[in-house]
Amino acid sequence: MVRLFLSGDGPQSRILGAILLLILFCLAFAPFLFPGTRSLETAARICIFIVLVASYDLLLGYAGIVSFAHTMFFGLGAYGVAITTQRMGTSYESLILGTMAGAGIAAVLALVIALFSLRVRAIFFAMITLAVASAVAVLVSQLSAITGGEDGMNIRIPRELTPAFRPFDEPVLGVRFSGRHLNYYLVFFTCLILFLGMLRIVNSPFGRVLQAIRENAFRAEAIGYRVIWYRVTATILSAVVAALAGSVFAVWLRYVGPATTLGVEIMLDILLIVVIGGMGTMYGAVVGTAIFVLAQNYLKDWMGGASDAVGFMPLLPDLLSPDRWLMWLGILFILSVYFFPTGIVGRLRGVT
Amino acid sequence: MTMTTTTPSLAPKHAPKLVRPSLAQRLEPWAPVLLIPALILVGWLSISSPTSWLTLTVSGLAMGMMIFVIASGMTLVFGLMDVINFGHGAFVSFGAFVGVSALLMMSAWTGAPSVALNLLAVLAAILAAMAVTGAMGFAFERVIVRPVYGSHLKQILVTMGGLIVAEQLIFVIWGGEEIFIGRPETLKGSFVIFGATLEKYRVLAVAVGLVLFLGMRAVLRGTRLGLIVRAGVENREMVQVLGYRINRVFIMVFVAGSALAGLGGVMWALYQEMITAHMGMEIMILVFIVVIIGGLGSVEGCFIGALLVGLTQNYVAFLEPKLALISNIALMVVILMWRPQGMMPVIKAK
Amino acid sequence: MSEPILQLSGVHTNIAQYQVLHGVDLTVPRGGVTMLLGRNGAGKTTTLRTIMGLWRARAGEVLFDGDPIQRLAPPQIARRGIGFVPEDMGIFADLTVEENLILGAVSGPIRQDRLDWVFDAFPALATFWKMPAGNLSGGQKQMLAIARAVIEERGLYLIDEPSKGLAPAIIATMAKALKDLKTAGATILMVEQNFSLARALGDHAAVMDEGRIVWTGAMADLAGDSALQESLMGLKVETA
Repeated sequence: MVRLFLSGDGPQSRILGAILLLILFCLAFAPFLFPGTRSLETAARICIFIVLVASYDLLLGYAGIVSFAHTMFFGLGAYGVAITTQRMGTSYESLILGTMAGAGIAAVLALVIALFSLRVRAIFFAMITLAVASAVAVLVSQLSAITGGEDGMNIRIPRELTPAFRPFDEPVLGVRFSGRHLNYYLVFFTCLILFLGMLRIVNSPFGRVLQAIRENAFRAEAIGYRVIWYRVTATILSAVVAALAGSVFAVWLRYVGPATTLGVEIMLDILLIVVIGGMGTMYGAVVGTAIFVLAQNYLKDWMGGASDAVGFMPLLPDLLSPDRWLMWLGILFILSVYFFPTGIVGRLRGVT
Repeated sequence: MTMTTTTPSLAPKHAPKLVRPSLAQRLEPWAPVLLIPALILVGWLSISSPTSWLTLTVSGLAMGMMIFVIASGMTLVFGLMDVINFGHGAFVSFGAFVGVSALLMMSAWTGAPSVALNLLAVLAAILAAMAVTGAMGFAFERVIVRPVYGSHLKQILVTMGGLIVAEQLIFVIWGGEEIFIGRPETLKGSFVIFGATLEKYRVLAVAVGLVLFLGMRAVLRGTRLGLIVRAGVENREMVQVLGYRINRVFIMVFVAGSALAGLGGVMWALYQEMITAHMGMEIMILVFIVVIIGGLGSVEGCFIGALLVGLTQNYVAFLEPKLALISNIALMVVILMWRPQGMMPVIKAK
Repeated sequence: MSEPILQLSGVHTNIAQYQVLHGVDLTVPRGGVTMLLGRNGAGKTTTLRTIMGLWRARAGEVLFDGDPIQRLAPPQIARRGIGFVPEDMGIFADLTVEENLILGAVSGPIRQDRLDWVFDAFPALATFWKMPAGNLSGGQKQMLAIARAVIEERGLYLIDEPSKGLAPAIIATMAKALKDLKTAGATILMVEQNFSLARALGDHAAVMDEGRIVWTGAMADLAGDSALQESLMGLKVETA
């Protein structure tokens, strides 16, 4: 049964299995285990980022393609929901329609970019996605009539998903259950389904061919696989899942703006997580995201303390300041590409 | 290995019957050059005011020249060693910050109404910037790029990581705020020609870019080092087999390319009169477009591509400001449909 | 006879995970042309590339002028005096004929006598002196590749199948040029599939099969014994 859900691709390591179970358990019962708005916020963010990072892993780890437009697709999903609900009014239909519109546009855009750049030279893809993504980001902040510009847009979602909605009069397991919790479970289950779906894809014959192409595109082509077709399909799949994650994110946050969905920082976060967690493993996304989000929330506090502690020394406080968090991640990132190319998951599985 | 002798002295005199390539043969690869006048003409037709057109053309050329200075090193590094450096933008930012700091320190010279003192200050700032970014390039090649030769995927990831760290270092050293920098006294203001205002600095930038391009061409065509670079872009293995240590040449090119990016950073800083830690990354987007449409590895293609991008950016920004960046992507699409390997593709041996 | 210019003993070479050379023992005497013969896939090209340092020998020793060179990088090997004409010629198509030759002369400006010799042997190169090498015909490219190797005086020239895909008239020009070079005292180790060319040029012969040298001797002995040829290389040569 478990094997079926995991598409026969288990953790292959006891420690990894235990960590994954722990993460699943914490996320599944987050509203009861960690009451409080900030914790629930963190849990939802972890769910969504797991899917976002896993969809990036599908492209980077399995197809060996570097994209810098992943946040663009994420944003398309989020803006799809925001714009549709604004135009069509608040209803479940408009949420679904917006989600589908975002995913559809993401698919078409991914198709165009992929056909265009992968046909010529695979390395163009990284550069072209970077250029297109930044152009779209600029465009989104300029077309304020449609997108709300830099301010972004607030999204009105159905009342059943908001904190104002109280389905039960009595507390459930000691928690006063609200629409916010319902919304969380919407996030949780959507993300779980998307993740298991991707696990299925990478373990399907399609996924195997992708990996063969990653190892040696020339050989795969010689055996008779249409390399371009597989790469384009992988790009589209990855874009669609990213867009779906974006839609979920928008519904959860009830807000969408350039910084929360399209920002370069998010793109970098995704890259860092996937590399540190372990490229081409899917589970790397889970472990990486959990560690990353927790570290982001708590390590920064620690850095602030450390920075203050060495305040009397030159330069060191600046280096340790929580604002320099990204620098240390960058160093960690470079080191992991060199020394742990298989990431945490690879380490736990004993693959080097 | 004498690196600086020029071509004529390398071959003894002789009087062979020469067959020169026919005119059509020699013109064919240069067809992309015609795109520049064509684009300028399109600009003329779509911009109703001739004076605005002239102003925009000069500023487009100035911008193009600066992008060329930045992009040339990157394209050669790719051509020579198949190394794709996403961290190239870090050199631009560092160059700008070092150069601007130097200029701010020399405010007595930049503020004086003397051409000589102003240029001296700018020159000193440029040399400082180039020295720092050249040294950075050396370290970058050794520490970041060297271990990941041969793997594009790792190169992209690692150099991107390098860019992040470098950008953060700028925050550490100079703080997070943008820095405003006025141009030196005599470079302020503009000429008026045919009723069009041409900023002095932009005209200077065009001249500097042109000189650099011609100089680079002279080195690539007229010196043994240049020949080694051009041959290495085509067939690295053969160059080694002849007896040249291409790795050394590559480090030299990498350092030179980084120093040029630093120079470009200073030029850009004085063009925008403001610098931020992210500027390198922002410019890199245009640089990528230029390098792709020029043909990875080709300096001439890079030059033409840079001018096309600079002009397009300026014309479109005037006609429809929101479409400026999109227009360059459209330019890239059109050119890649015409020549999928870029305008001046480098013939690779393998 | 003096010490051989090149001596390979027990050379093993792998390309990726595949072992191609299984202990090559080869001696190239000073002066004259040594022909390296054998079926396709016997390891001839790999042997030349191993000498040049382009593939690293996993085991064994390569002595050039008495010094071991198997640990050196290709540029160092070239500078010790080995010229290489690869199978694909390795012409720099974007550079002119002149620039190709300038790069061939690694130790300094092109020497007048060498250039005269090149123009004499390959007049086409003088004609197309300023032309990008990419515009030359296949035969002219091969001539340029040879000229680029010999423009610098070197102790040993490795030439990989110069006749490949060329018209008979061009092969004749090239054969004459290589003969000239030999008369002038050069040492050449050449891979050749065209047996009549090999017979015309070769002084010594070494036959390879499955990554080993299986026969060495005088070219004349091999050329005169068609049964031997057939058993070594599966060749049936019409003695025309």
